[in-house]
Amino acid sequence: MPQSADKVLDHAPLFQQPEYTEMLANKKVKYECGHPDELVQEIGDWTKSWDYREKNLAREALTVNPAKACQPLGAVFASQGYEATMPFVHGSQGCVAYYRSHLSRHFKEPSSCVSSSMTEDAAVFGGLINMVDGLANTKALYNPKMIAVSTTCMAEVIGDDLNSFIQQAKEKGSVEGSFDVPFAHTPAFVGSHVDGYDNMQKGILSHFWDKAERTAGDSINIIPGFDGFAVANNREIKRMLGEMDVDFTFLSDVSDVYDTPSDGEFRMYDGGTTLEDAKAALNAKATISMQKYCTPKTMEYVSETGQEVATFHYPMGIQATDEFLMKVSELTGKAIPESLKKERGRFVDALADSQAWLHGKTYAIYGDPDFVYAMARFVMETGGEPIHCLATNGSKAWVKEMEALFATSPFGAKAKAWGGKDLWHMRSLMATETVDMLIGNSYGKYLERDIGTPLIRLMFPIFDRHHHHRFPTWGYQGALTTLVKLLDTVFEKLDDDTIIPGETDYSYDLTR
Amino acid sequence: MAKDHVSGPEDYEAMIEEVLEAYPDKARKKRAKHLQVSQATDEAPDETTGIASKCDTTKSNIKSVPGVMTIRGCAYAGSKGVVWGPVKDMVHISHGPVGCGQYSWSQRRNYYIGKTGVDSFVTMQFTTDFQEKDIVFGGDKKLGKTIDEINELFPLANGTTIQSECPIGLIGDDIEAVAKEKKKEHGKTMVPVRCEGFRGVSQSLGHHIANDAVRDWVFEQEESDNVKTFEPGPYDVNVIGDYNIGGDAWASRILLEEMGLNVVGNWSGDATLAEIERAPKAKLNLIHCYRSMNYICRYMEEKYGVGWMEYNFFGPSQIAASLRAIAKNFDETIQENAEKVIAKYQPLVDDIIAKFRPRLEGKSVMLYVGGLRPRHVVTAYDDLGMVIAGTGYEFGHNDDYKRTGHYVKQGTLIYDDVTGYELEKFIEKVRPDLVGSGIKEKYPVQKMGIPFRQMHSWDYSGPYHGYDGFAIFARDMDLAINNPVWGMYDAPWDAPKAIAAE
Repeated sequence: MPQSADKVLDHAPLFQQPEYTEMLANKKVKYECGHPDELVQEIGDWTKSWDYREKNLAREALTVNPAKACQPLGAVFASQGYEATMPFVHGSQGCVAYYRSHLSRHFKEPSSCVSSSMTEDAAVFGGLINMVDGLANTKALYNPKMIAVSTTCMAEVIGDDLNSFIQQAKEKGSVEGSFDVPFAHTPAFVGSHVDGYDNMQKGILSHFWDKAERTAGDSINIIPGFDGFAVANNREIKRMLGEMDVDFTFLSDVSDVYDTPSDGEFRMYDGGTTLEDAKAALNAKATISMQKYCTPKTMEYVSETGQEVATFHYPMGIQATDEFLMKVSELTGKAIPESLKKERGRFVDALADSQAWLHGKTYAIYGDPDFVYAMARFVMETGGEPIHCLATNGSKAWVKEMEALFATSPFGAKAKAWGGKDLWHMRSLMATETVDMLIGNSYGKYLERDIGTPLIRLMFPIFDRHHHHRFPTWGYQGALTTLVKLLDTVFEKLDDDTIIPGETDYSYDLTR
Repeated sequence: MAKDHVSGPEDYEAMIEEVLEAYPDKARKKRAKHLQVSQATDEAPDETTGIASKCDTTKSNIKSVPGVMTIRGCAYAGSKGVVWGPVKDMVHISHGPVGCGQYSWSQRRNYYIGKTGVDSFVTMQFTTDFQEKDIVFGGDKKLGKTIDEINELFPLANGTTIQSECPIGLIGDDIEAVAKEKKKEHGKTMVPVRCEGFRGVSQSLGHHIANDAVRDWVFEQEESDNVKTFEPGPYDVNVIGDYNIGGDAWASRILLEEMGLNVVGNWSGDATLAEIERAPKAKLNLIHCYRSMNYICRYMEEKYGVGWMEYNFFGPSQIAASLRAIAKNFDETIQENAEKVIAKYQPLVDDIIAKFRPRLEGKSVMLYVGGLRPRHVVTAYDDLGMVIAGTGYEFGHNDDYKRTGHYVKQGTLIYDDVTGYELEKFIEKVRPDLVGSGIKEKYPVQKMGIPFRQMHSWDYSGPYHGYDGFAIFARDMDLAINNPVWGMYDAPWDAPKAIAAE
């Protein structure tokens, strides 16, 4: 019996004990009716061949292991970044359970969101009653300052009209007429979570701005976009803007929402952009989007108000941070202070110290379009070569933009952008054209296992490692965090490869 | 000293009233029917637990109130997430938009042995990734092509299930026709499942629909070679409703095999299609999660004469009682073996209880989970000297609440489909020493300074079933409750003045 009170074995060691390995071997032989081991081996090898790659890339209907989620997730995330705002998803309730779980698993934090719990009757008669009752219940129980409504695919297929439903709910007294209930239609069968983010941001801004008169001021707005590292990244951007003495407003700031203290109190709402600030943001001189592909509709809307606009691709790495700061400086007339210049210099110093270890390393990168762009650019700054750059929610325009990026550097010569492809495609790419490192999210661990390429977790979601999102990846400080992750991966791989005593450990060096 | 929290049945009644006050009238009336305190009953006490109480006045399996944070999921979650998803040698297509498959991808820890992507597919996400044009023109063609591509790229998959998401039923796609056609074409099992998320009021209907799909699309099809060549024996049993979370089914199987039974089918954790196909040839169905799989057991009894019985492998008192009850269905050899198994593990049980009970004695627990755990784990806590203050089901039915009366003592707080608001208030007032619920509840509870264990996923630990699992269960409750962190919530400089002045 392997188990004892002295040393309680949980699943990892327990099932490696002979009692269990024998039991499972027996199950396989007697009951599973599986394929012969040789055939499994043969097919397994074939799935890593060029022949398989060609068949795999020719897929037209099937999607396997996509690196994207659906619109409402992004809408919920965007809503949560506003002060005391309850996201309300109109449609079937299971979806909300999924969004809340997904966000909680990544941030290890509460994630609040309600559903209008539509079922068969609503499928037939529409979800108006669910909206009327639902808004009243949400307001009464959770006392929000704003309820931000988005939809699931069910509500979209049956054609529920949010504008009309919310009006009718207000007329019936669910919430007072002046209560803020912005909304966005977010069908799950269009785009991905980044589009949901865009639609909800536009929905909230237009709710506050459409009937208001703009008086141009000096401040700037920052729209961070959907970002799993938002907790630290938003704070890092705020710190840098503080150093520059810039007057700014974040539009949707989840940094406190997803980082509440443990002190005996559960804060359903914490921080976030105040509704007053959201209203006043119409008067900003300019709005900067940190992620172009999260904000196309929003930025178009913002620019129609007369504001100046600028969009970035997830400002990670040195040039991206330089450009961001210079843009802020240009828009606000504030100089980039010596303190930030020093930070920059310190990062360059770190890069110079370490460049030898990263030069010529090859990478597979996947994730949201802006992230992949930023990551590929940063990799090239370190002398690395992005090879496979993949975004399941990347459009043709994104592929073009990636190609233009690759053309800016000799390190991009072998790079290829894969828009609309999934992680099973990536498996074929990595099996046939291997790379040194893989950059993505937790789902990449299956690629790490299958191909043997070490994974660096820098994208949302990260489920199987803790607290990464508490460290910034944006700005010079963020570049340093990212650099250290790349380096640690190189060094750990090198140690692993040289660890056998008396065989390979001549290169098991102490100093590097 | 003023009492700052509620601590008994009388208090609970008042607390329920107080919590309901926050609701608008219509919702208050509805929610009131789902909250109660278990009452005394004249019924004979349960043989094993010695308990009889009345919990079945609670209304259950009714549509959730709109606009609240219900913790429930949907029919798709019940079918793909629970019943079908763990069947390892089949590909399960999340048919519809990308989200449902993405959020449920690899999240239930249904352990299995197999080469993922080659002959096993549990921790993968296959989807038809519906686009607007699929909604407008229908998705049947795309589904057919998807199945063809699966057949080409995953030739060792022994079959395919089609797990319908919300739009499929709404736009009227004929997934059954596609399944029939593709079965003919590829000669492999095809299972269309109408588990659209809007059906029913929770994941529960999804379980039922998934069970019906086993009946219609596996059992009531032409017998496969796996079935034809199978020679049944007198000790063949199926384990039904164990999803092998963290290896639960393995820690259970080892006991059944030690007592001389052959587990010919594991449903559905670590299962192959063959194990499902052959199930009707077994002598007995042993059902752990009654809620999710009683339907197909009743069917197998009616159609094939396979008996079924519930069992509970949480905690030593229930494990021993269950092993004996299972053995009663067989001959003396098996019955003697059951006693041997119980005796073999008794020293482990004694050691575990000796070590952990003193650290856990008298600690109170509030539970809120899914199918069977709101009642089944109660006795495992009893074995450790812990006390259940409250429990409830996400998607239980009346028969679940009836059964709960044999597990929880009179005066226990019972909450059905509890809303986030209610649960938070209950926990705040009862201030239990431990809460056991899911990921959505974990962090709010911990922020309040109360230890928590995820009782869907075993908080990434486990197994919790069987004797080996009980050791882990006991250790995990100890590590949750007795960690130093819970004493760090108050900053020392904020210490109460009275103490500071001393």
